[in-house]
Amino acid sequence: MSTEQPAEPLLEMRSVNAHYGAVHALRDVDLSIYEGELVCLLGGNASGKSTTLKTLLGMLKPTSGEVVLDGEVVNDRPTSYRVARGVTMVPENRRLFKRLSVRENLDLGAYLRSDTDGIAADLERIFELFPRVKERLGQKAGTLSGGEQQMVAMGRALMAKPRVLLMDEPSMGLAPALVQQNFELIQQIHGAGLTVFMVEQNANMALSIADRGWVLQTGRVVLDDTAENLLAHPDLRASYLGQADA
Amino acid sequence: MIRTGGPRRGAPRTGVDRFLTFMRVAILTLVAVGILAFVWQEIDTDNPFARWANPDATGLTGAQFRGLIISGVAQGCMYGLIALGYSMVYGVLGFINFAHGEVFMVGAMTGMITSNKLADAGLWESNFIGSLIFIVIVSMIVCTLVAVIMERVAYRPLRGSPRLIPLITSIGVSFFIQNASIVLLGPAAKAYPDVPDWVKDKHTFIQIEGSRILVVVVAAVSMGVLWYLVEHTRGGKAMRAVAEDAEIAALMGINVNRTIVKVFAVGGAMAGLAGILWGILFRSVIHTTGFLPGIKAFSAAVVGGIGHLGGAMAGGLSIGVAESVGPLLILEPLGVSGVSQLRDAVAFAVLIGVLLLRPAGIFGERLPAEDRA
Repeated sequence: MSTEQPAEPLLEMRSVNAHYGAVHALRDVDLSIYEGELVCLLGGNASGKSTTLKTLLGMLKPTSGEVVLDGEVVNDRPTSYRVARGVTMVPENRRLFKRLSVRENLDLGAYLRSDTDGIAADLERIFELFPRVKERLGQKAGTLSGGEQQMVAMGRALMAKPRVLLMDEPSMGLAPALVQQNFELIQQIHGAGLTVFMVEQNANMALSIADRGWVLQTGRVVLDDTAENLLAHPDLRASYLGQADA
Repeated sequence: MIRTGGPRRGAPRTGVDRFLTFMRVAILTLVAVGILAFVWQEIDTDNPFARWANPDATGLTGAQFRGLIISGVAQGCMYGLIALGYSMVYGVLGFINFAHGEVFMVGAMTGMITSNKLADAGLWESNFIGSLIFIVIVSMIVCTLVAVIMERVAYRPLRGSPRLIPLITSIGVSFFIQNASIVLLGPAAKAYPDVPDWVKDKHTFIQIEGSRILVVVVAAVSMGVLWYLVEHTRGGKAMRAVAEDAEIAALMGINVNRTIVKVFAVGGAMAGLAGILWGILFRSVIHTTGFLPGIKAFSAAVVGGIGHLGGAMAGGLSIGVAESVGPLLILEPLGVSGVSQLRDAVAFAVLIGVLLLRPAGIFGERLPAEDRA
C-alpha cells in the first residue's frame, strides 16, 4: 500500500476537460499516478474511461487542464513523444497486428528504441515471463489463442520499456479463467517494479489487486480512495460490486 | 448487406448464388472449349470441331505462341509495377487512388523529355545503359514528387471522410493531371528516341527482343528490392502495421502521416519506373497513356488480391499473359472475328472471371463480413 508517496506523480491529470465533438466526455478530472503503484479507474459504459486513456496518450487533446508526465506538461506532445518518455497502453481487446508475426508485433513495440542490447534483454525477459510466446514467435499473431494473444499484447507493450503501463479493460472479451490469468500477469508485472494504471468495469477484480482507485461517472470522478475503502463503499457496492457478485 | 462470396454452408441458396454458379460454369466451359478447339486445330486442321467453330482459324506456330507469351509477360510486369501503387495505397488508406495511372503517364512523359534531351546531346546513342539509368532515376524522382504532392494536397485533407469521397477526388486528380499534360506538352503523341539495335531486335540465341528482357529483369529486380524493404526494414514493418491498424500503429510510436507519405512515394517511384518501361516497349506517349494501363493495373491488383504485394505482381502477369494469348488461344477457335483487337475485352473478362470465382483475388484473404461493400 502506498501510504508514503513520492512528491512528484509520474503521470497526472490536472482538472482536465475533454470533448468528443459536442459531447463533454471528461469534466474536471484529477488523477495522479505515482511510481510503483498499481491503480485502477472504474466506471460503467460511456463513463469516460477510454477518453481518459486517449487523453493521457495524446490521441485526444484536452479542451482545458493539463496532462503532466514526469513533471512536464505534455498537452501538445504527440503520442510518439509520450511513448518514448515511458507511457504505453495495452489496448482493449488486445488489438494485435494479426497479419504480422508474433516477433514483428514485439519488434513494433520497441519501434522507438534504438538500444539494441536493451531490446534483446527485454525480449529475453518477456520470454521468461511468457514462455509460450517464445514458442509462437514465427506464427502470425492472428492464429494464436485468446490467452496467448493477451501475452503477446502485454509483451508488445513491455517492449517499449514503459515506466507506466496503461491497461484498457484487461478483463474484456476473455473467458473467466483467462481473466484470472490476466490479472495474475498484471500482478506479476507490477511485482517486477512496473507502475500500472488499469481501466476496468469489473470493479471487484480490479480492486482485489489494486492499491488505489477512482470511480468515474459521466465524465466526473465521484470517488477517490484506497482499494480497501472503495471495496467497502456502500455506493460502489450497490452500483458495481452487486453486479459483479451476481 | 450484399454478399460477395458464395453461400455459407447451411445458408439458403438465393437467385444470386444460382446466377453466380451459372456464370462460373459458363466461363470455365468457354475457356475449356476454346482451348480444346485450339489444341485440336493444331493437331488436325481438318477436324470437324475446329471447322465448325471457325473455318478460317489458322492456329499458331510454336514460335508465335512463345512470342505472345513473352510479350504478355513483359507487359504483365509493367502492369504489376503500376498495380503495386494501387495495392499499397488501398492497404493503408482503404481507397482506390484512380489518379495512380496518371502518375505512370507522368513517368513516361518525363522519360520522353529526358531521353530526347539526352539524344540531342548525343549521349543516348553513345551510352545507352547510362542514359537509361539516368532517365529511370529522373522519372522515379518526378513521379515520387507527384504522388507525394497529390497525397498532401488532395487526399490528406479528406482523411477520415467516407471512402467514396477520396475515390471521387482521385478521379478529379486524374483529369487534372491529364489536362495539365495537354497544357504543358500539347495533345499530340510524342516519340522516344530510337533505341539501339540490340534492344529492338531479337536476341540471336534466345530469340527474345532485348527490350522485353530488359523490362522483365528491371521489374523482377525492383520487385525484389521492394519486397525486401516492406518485409525486412523498420519502415516496411511500420507500413504493414499502419495498413492493419493505424490507431495502434500510432500507439507504437509510428508516425502514421509520414508512413502514408512513404507509401505514396514508393508507389509513385514504381509507377515512374513502369513509365520508362512503357517508353522502352512502345516508344510513344500521349496524355491518355495512363488510362488503360492504369485501369488494367488496378484490375491486376484486384485479381491478385488487393493489399497484397506478391498478388499485385501475380495479377499483373496473369492479365498481361491473358490479354496477349487469350484472343488467339480461346476466342479465335470459337469463331470470333478480329480477335487481336479484343485484348482489352479479354483483360477485363479475366477480372470479372476472377471476381466471380474467387472474389478476394488470388492471394487475398476473405474480408470479414463488416468490411464488405
